[in-house]
Amino acid sequence: MNAPTTVMEEDRSAAVKERLVVIGNGMAGCRAVEEILARDPARFDVTIFGAEPRVNYNRIMLSPVLAGEKTFDDIVINGDDWYTDNAITLVAGDPVVSIDRATKMVVAQSGRVEPYDRLLIATGSDPFIIPVPGKDLAGVVTFRDLDDVDKMLTAAEKGGSAVVIGGGLLGLEAAHGLSLRGMKVTVVHLMPTLMERQLDEAAGYLLKTELERRGQTIITGGDTAEIVGAGGHVSAVRLKDGREFAADIVVMAVGIRPGTTLAKAAGLEVERGIVVDDHMVTSDPAVMAVGECVQHRGNCYGLVAPLWDMCRALADHACEQPSGYEGSVTSTKLKVSGIDLFSAGDFSGGDGAEDIVMRDASRGLYKRVVVKDNKLVGAVLYGDTADGSWYFDLLRKGEDISAIREALIFGQAFASGGALLDPNAAVAALSDDAEICGCNGVTKGKVVATINAGACSLDAVRSTCKASASCGSCTGLVESLLALTLGGEVQSGPKTMCKCTSFGHDDVRRLILEKNLRAIPQIMQELHWTTPDGCSSCRPALNYYLLCAWPGEYEDDQKSRYVNERMHANIQKDGTYSVVPRMWGGLTNPKELRAIADVVEKYNAPMVKVTGGQRLDIFGIKKEDLPAVWADLNAAGMVSGHAYGKSLRTVKTCVGSEWCRFGTQDSTGLGVKLERMTWGSWMPHKFKIAVSGCPRNCAEATIKDFGVVCVDSGYELHVGGNGGIKVRATDFLCKVTTEDEAMEVCAAFIQLYREQAHYLERTAPWIERVGLDHVKSGLFDAPDTVKRLAAKFRFSQTFCQDDPWARRVAGEDADLHQHLAQVRPLQMETVS
Amino acid sequence: MIGDWLDIGPVDQITPGTARTLPVLGGDEIAVFRTQANEFYALVNKCPHKQGPLSQGIVHGNVVACPLHNWNISLKTGEALGEDKGCVPTIPLRVDAGRIYLLRSAVVGQRAA
Repeated sequence: MNAPTTVMEEDRSAAVKERLVVIGNGMAGCRAVEEILARDPARFDVTIFGAEPRVNYNRIMLSPVLAGEKTFDDIVINGDDWYTDNAITLVAGDPVVSIDRATKMVVAQSGRVEPYDRLLIATGSDPFIIPVPGKDLAGVVTFRDLDDVDKMLTAAEKGGSAVVIGGGLLGLEAAHGLSLRGMKVTVVHLMPTLMERQLDEAAGYLLKTELERRGQTIITGGDTAEIVGAGGHVSAVRLKDGREFAADIVVMAVGIRPGTTLAKAAGLEVERGIVVDDHMVTSDPAVMAVGECVQHRGNCYGLVAPLWDMCRALADHACEQPSGYEGSVTSTKLKVSGIDLFSAGDFSGGDGAEDIVMRDASRGLYKRVVVKDNKLVGAVLYGDTADGSWYFDLLRKGEDISAIREALIFGQAFASGGALLDPNAAVAALSDDAEICGCNGVTKGKVVATINAGACSLDAVRSTCKASASCGSCTGLVESLLALTLGGEVQSGPKTMCKCTSFGHDDVRRLILEKNLRAIPQIMQELHWTTPDGCSSCRPALNYYLLCAWPGEYEDDQKSRYVNERMHANIQKDGTYSVVPRMWGGLTNPKELRAIADVVEKYNAPMVKVTGGQRLDIFGIKKEDLPAVWADLNAAGMVSGHAYGKSLRTVKTCVGSEWCRFGTQDSTGLGVKLERMTWGSWMPHKFKIAVSGCPRNCAEATIKDFGVVCVDSGYELHVGGNGGIKVRATDFLCKVTTEDEAMEVCAAFIQLYREQAHYLERTAPWIERVGLDHVKSGLFDAPDTVKRLAAKFRFSQTFCQDDPWARRVAGEDADLHQHLAQVRPLQMETVS
Repeated sequence: MIGDWLDIGPVDQITPGTARTLPVLGGDEIAVFRTQANEFYALVNKCPHKQGPLSQGIVHGNVVACPLHNWNISLKTGEALGEDKGCVPTIPLRVDAGRIYLLRSAVVGQRAA
């Protein structure tokens, strides 16, 4: 600072100085004073009130202090000399308790009264405390100031366990610090994704994985019920689902809210924050406000960057050179060493917005930029944030990026490279020994040689030299090489699963097993999905592939289920549902029929119909009535008929040898056994079975996915039939002599279909595609294959055969059946 | 301010990536969506194609796929995307202090004429 000049100026203008009182000795208050001093050091006589008994420090650097990477001295912004040099009166440790706007005075806790001409409120924000039992126990702290850090450090010295409530920026930084200090840390986060305000699902997933690898326990979707105490001190945190985590200290970091108490009591206009205009002036012209306590054009900010712009506008106004503040675009960086994470702007997608996603699984990289109207509007970077500032700059300036669009995702170095703007040109410039495929160590020279040797498609290159056959991150490079080498003769590869990926169904299924992929976000990351959370084609497919690959381990994702499977009923054109209870092998009895009749009357079902699969279908049930309908059907012993699922639908039977004069075997009994074995299984598509007691085939077994035709000498097994749009009669698979063998082959065939068909591919097109010989050799070439596949199917079934209706009746996923509330326009009230 | 906005309850009633419904007596049912990226939207719960209940569709990005015929509808504008043409009314929504508010006049505006 320019001290001599300051003194002279003061001397000269002492008589006419206005008195500026600042409430808040934090970053915003002090920065505002700095900005004012820089413009006109002689204008104000400044008094700053601070609640904390210390000089002004950089609050956002508290995380490194907690982590032991910095000391308090390192983070002091303005030491004692700054206050002295600028003749500022600092009243530290004596918070202001009231403002009297009529007499223009503030009163501090000690009784000190300070008159002002101009008042600046910079009271910042207060941590939000969730109102759970035990919140006031000793050992429950927030993460807001140096005192909080001291409390955490004291707790950490003794070791033990810490629970951090809140998986946002602040919570994760606290967790990181405590973890480095040797505590066993559990983070409890209400939302399904960490830092959900800054990160999308994919980046949140990567972050969670990395923190878990570092030894933290991360609980997402965890709703705190109670902080449990022992002897007045915290001992554990209990969640609403009953889980309990031991805690010697609990850090509450669920959010902040603007500190508006003083302003509200003084009668200033306050909504979420203290309302200010573009010059940071409140509803009282003599009172200004700045920082996290204000609300500007409807926005409250909890980050540091907007402060700088606010303080500039405030100082301009105070010094009578008004400029105005127009709001800020904010960016976030997580201050956890070793984890590079950056987010800025709007990355929620939407109309006209285009996502450009780049993933590199081997380097743990996820980059996503969102472009709209040729401008960058949002960015999320994980793993490599070197380009964060460049993206943020493009975003803030709103520059037209159409010229660098193709190369944008590769970062500044690439996009600014002139000749490299054309991706093909960039690839052409690579040397022959440059590595194209890192997974399989394939060089550019080898890929080009493979193409010249006749591999004219991506698929051919993949199968010949293995380039891009593993993680797929080099697919774009291989495609460029195909285009460069062949000119226009590139053949399009196999159909990809959907527009979100360059992989086909077979590749995805193979890679799930090879790379041990266990969750949808993990597949999307490892296989370089080009969209943030897939689409309505790939999500259900991936959900099924994971269910099939990891029976009993993978948790079904309801969000990736089509409506019928999510609701366990069939949606109809008017939005109501139809309900089909299971009748094993098409058999029923008076009790079941009475229960069905009662349901029809009780719920005014407008229609009941006999289906082609020998069941009764009850129509016109509202989604909110489904659980009650199921409860009534369950009470009569009936379970879900899965008429809604990509799953075993029905086993249709004829009456067989028990009644029919032509019957050769007990087709009804075998049908019931087959249905008991196969019900509840998830499949690539719906699957129908029939058992006919003689070759007259009354059960129409030869247009089913699996058909049994009984003959005197045993059972003929048929596969791949379909009675749909394109009628296809079954292929004869084999003949067996016992019921047990028929059941074993049925189970093995289903498992082969489950493991090999594409999602939404019935057995008929599957067999047309791969050939009957492929199916036969897949079942019979090795002597124990049928047994092995059947055993896999039966194992998988152990997790599937509990009635989904009964679970809903017991209250599972009740939200799916209930309205949020009801609006009654007359009163305009809501009732829950 | 409060009078203009209808409080329909806390945000955590809706799981990210799903929707829930709000029947309006004498008017069209409203579907309230929450995306994976935690954006909230409210639309009349009727696909412009065949009036399918959009609330039951699969949500991906800022789009819902109608459960009846898989039309993709933008949650931001209510417009059908891709080759399909049509638009469903949207209801202004804001989230404040963990609660969801719908613009009262727009909720009333959805009443059948």
